[in-house]
Amino acid sequence: MVLGKVMRVIGPLVVAEGMSGSMVYEVVMVGEERLIGEIIGIQGDRAYIQVYEDTSGLKVGEPVEGTGDLLSAELGPGIIGKVYDGLQRPLSVIGEQLGPFVSRGVKVAALPRDVKWFFRRSPKVKVGDKVSDGLILGTVQETPILEHRIMVPPGVRGTLKELAPDGDYTVEDVIAVVDVGGSSKELKLMHKWPVRKPRPYARRLEPIEPLITGTRVLDMLFPIARGGKAAVPGGFGSGKTVMLQTLTKWSRTQVNIYVGCGERGNEMADALHSFRKLKDPASGRPLSEKAIFVANTSNMPVAARETSVFLGVTMGEYFRDMGYDVLLVADSTSRWAEAMREISARLEEMPGDEGFPAYLGSRLAEFYERSGRVVALGEPERSGSLTIVGAVSPPGADFSEPVTTNTLRYIGTLIALDVSLANRRHFPAVSWLSSYSLYVDTVEKWWRELHSDWLKLRSEALRILQRESELMEIVRLVGPEALPDTDKLLLDVAKMIREDFLQQSAYHSIDAYSSPEKTVLMLDIILKFYEEAMKALNNGVQLQRIREAPVKVKIARMKEVPNEEFRKTYEELNKEIMEYFTQVSSGG
Amino acid sequence: MVSQALSVKEVRRALSARGSLLFVESIPGIKYGEIVEVQMPDGEVRVGQVIDVGKEVTIIQVFGGVSEVNVKDVRVRFKGETFKVPVSLDMLGRTFDGLGRPIDGGPNIVPEDWLDINGAPLNPAMREPPSEFIETGISAIDALFSIVRGQKLPIFSGAGLPHNRIAAQIVRQARVRGKEERFAVVFAAIGVTYEEAYFFVEALRKAGNIESIVSFINTASSPVIERIAVPRVALTTAEYLAWRNDMHVLVVMTDMTNYAEALRELSAAREEVPGRRGYPGYMYTDLATIYERAGKVTGKKGSVTQMPILTMPDDDITHPIPDLTGYITEGQIVLSRDMYRKGVYPPIDVMLSLSRLMKDGIGPGKTREDHYQVFMQLIAAYNEGQYLRELSAIVGVESLSERDRKYLNFADLFERKFINQGEFERRDIEQTLDIAWDILSTLPEEELKLISVDNIRKYHPKYRA
Repeated sequence: MVLGKVMRVIGPLVVAEGMSGSMVYEVVMVGEERLIGEIIGIQGDRAYIQVYEDTSGLKVGEPVEGTGDLLSAELGPGIIGKVYDGLQRPLSVIGEQLGPFVSRGVKVAALPRDVKWFFRRSPKVKVGDKVSDGLILGTVQETPILEHRIMVPPGVRGTLKELAPDGDYTVEDVIAVVDVGGSSKELKLMHKWPVRKPRPYARRLEPIEPLITGTRVLDMLFPIARGGKAAVPGGFGSGKTVMLQTLTKWSRTQVNIYVGCGERGNEMADALHSFRKLKDPASGRPLSEKAIFVANTSNMPVAARETSVFLGVTMGEYFRDMGYDVLLVADSTSRWAEAMREISARLEEMPGDEGFPAYLGSRLAEFYERSGRVVALGEPERSGSLTIVGAVSPPGADFSEPVTTNTLRYIGTLIALDVSLANRRHFPAVSWLSSYSLYVDTVEKWWRELHSDWLKLRSEALRILQRESELMEIVRLVGPEALPDTDKLLLDVAKMIREDFLQQSAYHSIDAYSSPEKTVLMLDIILKFYEEAMKALNNGVQLQRIREAPVKVKIARMKEVPNEEFRKTYEELNKEIMEYFTQVSSGG
Repeated sequence: MVSQALSVKEVRRALSARGSLLFVESIPGIKYGEIVEVQMPDGEVRVGQVIDVGKEVTIIQVFGGVSEVNVKDVRVRFKGETFKVPVSLDMLGRTFDGLGRPIDGGPNIVPEDWLDINGAPLNPAMREPPSEFIETGISAIDALFSIVRGQKLPIFSGAGLPHNRIAAQIVRQARVRGKEERFAVVFAAIGVTYEEAYFFVEALRKAGNIESIVSFINTASSPVIERIAVPRVALTTAEYLAWRNDMHVLVVMTDMTNYAEALRELSAAREEVPGRRGYPGYMYTDLATIYERAGKVTGKKGSVTQMPILTMPDDDITHPIPDLTGYITEGQIVLSRDMYRKGVYPPIDVMLSLSRLMKDGIGPGKTREDHYQVFMQLIAAYNEGQYLRELSAIVGVESLSERDRKYLNFADLFERKFINQGEFERRDIEQTLDIAWDILSTLPEEELKLISVDNIRKYHPKYRA
């Protein structure tokens, strides 16, 4: 192993000499306290190391030891429900052992070594089979709602020499032996994978299924596809964190990964507690049984923000390879970009826009491009997806800053949060004028099966909202009375769309999750009202009569109707609208 | 204040000096982040910290600066330790300078322990979500932006606005209902004027329990570089009181803008690549290491609640200082010059203010069952009133409908009766909500869409009588 010496310390950056023979991205142990660091640059025999722990007290001349390994994640049973830091140290275990403060140089295994998992071998696999990477050897029921599929790790191909019988094993027990070109390769329940390297898959699939989020403005207006990528930029107080938490709580997925990167500790604590309490809408089990947390709060070492993001993605790909739909949210990618800027400045690299390094865009791409819907390697054939949603925290809510603009180059759905909507308490504060989704056409087929007019309803709603913003310009100049009745009606309907459809409470027991059917029928009813009202207006009915329609109050309360009862409510409201307008049009 | 160390390394001359930075030749064994004592030619000793250690040159940041220094005549002693301050329960009731040295004429304290001013990050898995409602007695805050124990909620102010009076009122009146627990206030003055600093000290003194206040004062004339240390020294003391002595600590820090200015000055001296408006790119992280030192911890009885005060340069909320603060803190209370001109005290901008932890601290058993709905309705109605105010400025009040005029009236009542209150007036949460009901009842009952029928029956003045 390479053994060098510290020659300079500047914050999280350490320069070591005598490091020839080491490689970029190799993990090193720095100083007598063996702080974990990663080599980010090599010049002659000097290595530039970003250290993932506080470097106070480090001296020139202290040893730096290479490990020969790249920074890797441990993947195997025991990963679900954990809270990890950016180096995959289990924070809850550390807390129990060492108290509430994070100290340096702590080494705790990511996956518990003493827990035994019941491994059930796959009936389709037998000794003597040719096996290749991705093949499912068996399963471990990790939580009541998650079957952990034990796969042959990437890169292993050969003949299966041994396969352990059903029984209890720890993650380090050998459960299979594969003959790889004459040498034996032992397989365990866990394996390691370098976090910066995308895991291999067989082929990519088109993102044609929507990720059902239960948030109406997204599902209906700005859909995210499974395997797609979305960004949520917004100034402070616009509700980014609530939006991301809502996505991880209610999205229809099998595994959710929440990466808190450079954000608030209390929010992380709130997420952890609420995930234990809240129930997954599909299974009725606690959300923590399908979730993993990576927490590197803003006061924890800066350099580890980058590893927390890549750690999260690696875990996401691992579950994708099992054939699951995975959602990863990262809050906030801006903090990771700032960490890059800080390290880059200390390396004295040539700065780009606003001091960010010139490679900001390519790093962001490395992250977002690891999303996707794929056919996994190995038998049985299965497809899985990894969807990535990243929060962006633009300074001063100015979307022209480098992190936002670079992110927009790679994502498919822009969920733009608007502080002025949030100030008016319109939540979720998704701006319908500046958000977009490139997945509308690809997911339309899925929605069409549910409701033939999904696309039409969507376009109509957006048209009304767009027209509303134009009309409001006029209203601000001359007041609403100057508008013709048809425009006044449009403003009324736009208000209904905003208040009765788009606004959604993340904390209301029923409203928090809106099923796809309820979502599309809610909009259907509002637009039905508009259509009938417009007809009535053209038939000479007074606008005042339309405004008095008692059904409007019921439409305003639609949100509170449980998902499963909504179809009935829809029929009733539909009938009521028809009856009312027939009555007023006939002069009644 | 620097602790005693057994062996001392010393350098007898520096290579060069600039601003607050001193460059010295490296000697073996210098630790990154360690504290040094710099003895000036006139014998004065200043404290510094190693911020860059290399094989040849070591850079030291000196608190108090190194201007007018002859580099040949300074002596630099390396203490072998990071920046630590002495802590003890005897600090309660005392006043210190920004580095923790007594300035109230009293004796030095006998330390119970020496603690690193940077603290250690709290393990997020060991945090308890804050949920205990703090009643400040100020209607606008209690009803609309409720504070909970362990929260960090700053006041965004502007030059000349009465943020200090509001903060002093909160300190005077804050209590957790139904509980008599050990409560302490830690006050940090960062680069404020002498008058401002002593306004606070006096206001706190008058509030009664002088025993439970610790003050750290760095006035505008104190060394700029010390401002980097003041909030950390104050928070280290607060943590000692909270985590070791089970106290509930409220930390008031004013003015964080001066802190950020000092950070910028330091960054410029280090010739770092500047970020927005010349502030260093790591300002978010740096501020977070201060603000994140608030919260509640599993298995500990105490808590640290923070109320930093900052003045927004030119009242601009998108300026980097309030902007980055808002990204870290759990909401903000924004003061408005318009409201101040109207004579409303406290002049709170209801639309821009927010408490992110409110939802966990209110409701049945904590405040009152109708609290959340009343809050939503007040905001919605005030919003409508504000919109109609703008509109009436264009089209005239005459062309507004009866309903619209009621909303206009409501907006006035909201500002004059609900938000406006006396500086020494304490309203408990029931009084606050009752006033809210009084003004809401001026609106037609069918307009109260956000309040459930049950709550209307129970609390609406029409039914209560």
